[in-house]
Amino acid sequence: MSVDTATVKKVASLARIAISDDGAERMVPELNNILGWIEQLGEVDTSSAEPMTAVIPNHLRLRDDVVTDGGVRDSVLANAPANEHGFFGVPKVIE
Amino acid sequence: MAELTDLGVREIRDGVRDGSFSAVSVADAFVTRVAAGKALNAFIVETPDHAVAAAREADRARAAGETLKPLAGVPIGMKDLFCTKGVQTTAASHILEGFVPEYESTVSQKLWDAGAGMLGKLNLDQFAMGSSNETSYFGNVISPWRRSDGGNAALAPGGSSGGSSSAIAARLCPAATGTDTGGSIRQPAAFTGIAGIKPTYGRCSRWGTIAFASSLDQAGPMARDVTDCAIMLEAMAGFDARDATSLQHDVPAWERGLNANLAGKRVGIPREYRVDGMPEEIEALWHRGIEWMKDAGAEIVDVSLPHTKYALPAYYIIAPAEASSNLARYDGVRYGLRDLPDGANLQAMYAATRAAGFGDEVKRRIMIGTYVLSAGFYDAYFTQASKVRTLIARDFEQAWESCDLLLTPTAPSAAFALGEKSADPLAMYLNDVFTVPSSLAGLPAMSVPGGLDRAGLPLGLQVIGKPLDEQGVLNAGLAIEQRAGFIARAEQWW
Repeated sequence: MSVDTATVKKVASLARIAISDDGAERMVPELNNILGWIEQLGEVDTSSAEPMTAVIPNHLRLRDDVVTDGGVRDSVLANAPANEHGFFGVPKVIE
Repeated sequence: MAELTDLGVREIRDGVRDGSFSAVSVADAFVTRVAAGKALNAFIVETPDHAVAAAREADRARAAGETLKPLAGVPIGMKDLFCTKGVQTTAASHILEGFVPEYESTVSQKLWDAGAGMLGKLNLDQFAMGSSNETSYFGNVISPWRRSDGGNAALAPGGSSGGSSSAIAARLCPAATGTDTGGSIRQPAAFTGIAGIKPTYGRCSRWGTIAFASSLDQAGPMARDVTDCAIMLEAMAGFDARDATSLQHDVPAWERGLNANLAGKRVGIPREYRVDGMPEEIEALWHRGIEWMKDAGAEIVDVSLPHTKYALPAYYIIAPAEASSNLARYDGVRYGLRDLPDGANLQAMYAATRAAGFGDEVKRRIMIGTYVLSAGFYDAYFTQASKVRTLIARDFEQAWESCDLLLTPTAPSAAFALGEKSADPLAMYLNDVFTVPSSLAGLPAMSVPGGLDRAGLPLGLQVIGKPLDEQGVLNAGLAIEQRAGFIARAEQWW
C-alpha cells in the first residue's frame, strides 16, 4: 500500500498536525519508503499467533474504590497556556 | 589520588562513607566539569544546587553518625524524559519547552530517596525518537569520542539517551538515567564505551516518565561499569501502584549478587544476528565475546530466533502507533506550547500547536502511527505486527529451552558522524536491529564495552536474559568487562 498527497493530508488532519501542500508532498516519498519496508510483515505466517496484549504475563490489579488524590486544582492548571477562573482557557467553541 | 570526576558510583559511595573525601567536594568537582563541558551539549538544564544540596545532606548524615543511604553523595544526570518537580522537563521538544512539572517521576524520586543528587537534565532525541540525538529541539549532542584518523568529525553519541551517554563518557557525571524503547539505553552505551542495562519490562515504574510507546518504554541506568549499573538499578526499580504494568516483585540485591563465574550457564549465539554488511570488526568482537564467555565457564550453544528480521518492521508499526496515541495529549490546552493563529478555532489551534511544537521525526512517527491505526489498515498493519510480536517473543521462549542467556553485538556499527544518516530515516532505524527484538519481548538486556574498532571507537556487546533475570545479565556483563579490560577513554578536546 502506498500513500499519495491527498492521503498524507488526510492522515495529518486525523493527527491534528497542520501541513502545507509542499510539506505533504515532501512527506509522500518518506512515508512510502517506510511503509514499503514494513510491508514485508505481510509475508509472515501468523495463523498460529494471537496479537500480543501483555509483554510480561501480569494480571491487572484492582484497587479499592476510594479517593486517593485531588484538591490540586492549582497544580493542574500551573502549566496551562491560558487559564481563567480555575478552568483551562480555550478559543470559543460554541457559535 | 585520581581526580574525583574519574570515580564511578561505587567508588564515590564508598569514599564518602569511609570519609576519604566529602560528598560536597565530589558534587563541586562534577558541577565544575559539567559547566566546562558545554561543547558537548549533553545537558538541557544544569541543576548544580540540587547536586550540592544532596551532597551537603550526605556529609551532614555522616558527621551525625547516621547510616548513609545507598547513593549518598553520588551526583547523577537525569534524562530529560523524567518529570522533575520544579525543574523544566521537555523530552527535548519545543512543545514542552518551559514545562515545569508539579510532580516527581517515580524513578527520579527513588533516586533522590536513595540519596543521589541531580547535576542536570540530559539532552535526548525528541520524545526519545531517534538513534543519534539529532532530533532534539535543543541541538545535537556530541560524543566526546573522535576517530583516530586525525579528522575531527563530530560523532553521534547514539540515541535516544545520547545526553546520558555523552555525559558519562566525558566524565561529566558518574551515572545517569536512560530509557529504552527499542535500544535507547544500549546503543548509546555501545557508541560511547560505557555500560547500560534495560531491565525487564515493568521493573522500573513508568509513572512520571514522558511516554513514547507504553508497551515498550522501560527506564534503566547507564554508568561506566556493570557494578555501577547494578547499584543504580537497585535504587530505580521496584513496584509502583501508579503504573498499571509495574511488576509486583521485590528488588533483588543485584550488586551483592554479582558473580562473574558463569559455570553451568549456557550462552546462546543466535545465528540470525549475523546480518549482511556487518563490519568484520563487529564479527571479530562477537567471537572474542564468545571466547570470554567460555573462559568464564559458560557453555556456548547455537540457537535460532527465526523471526528476528521481522522485529524492526514490527517495531516501526507498534511504536509509532502507540506514540500517535500517547502524543495526542499535546494539544496546547493543558500544558506546553500553544500556537493560536488569529481567528483560529479550537481544531485549528490543535493543528497549529502540534505543527509548531513537534520536530520532523516526531511528526513522521505520529503520521505513520495514525496511518497504521486508521480504518481499513488496522488489521493489515497493527494486528499483524502484534501477532509478529507474539512470534518474536515465542522465539525467545524456545531459545530459553536450550540456553540461559544470549550474546550478540549491541549495534551493527560503531558510532557514525552526525549528519551521516539523518537524511534517511530508514538507514537510522536499521541501527536498532540487534536491540529491538528483546525490547519487543520485554526482556532484560545490557550493553558492555568490548573493545575499539580500527578508528579507535568503542564497540559494545549485548547480553540478553530471561524475564526477571537481570542478575544473570549483569553477571555475564561482568564476565565480559573483566576480560575485555576496556580502559580507553575519549581524549578531552572540549
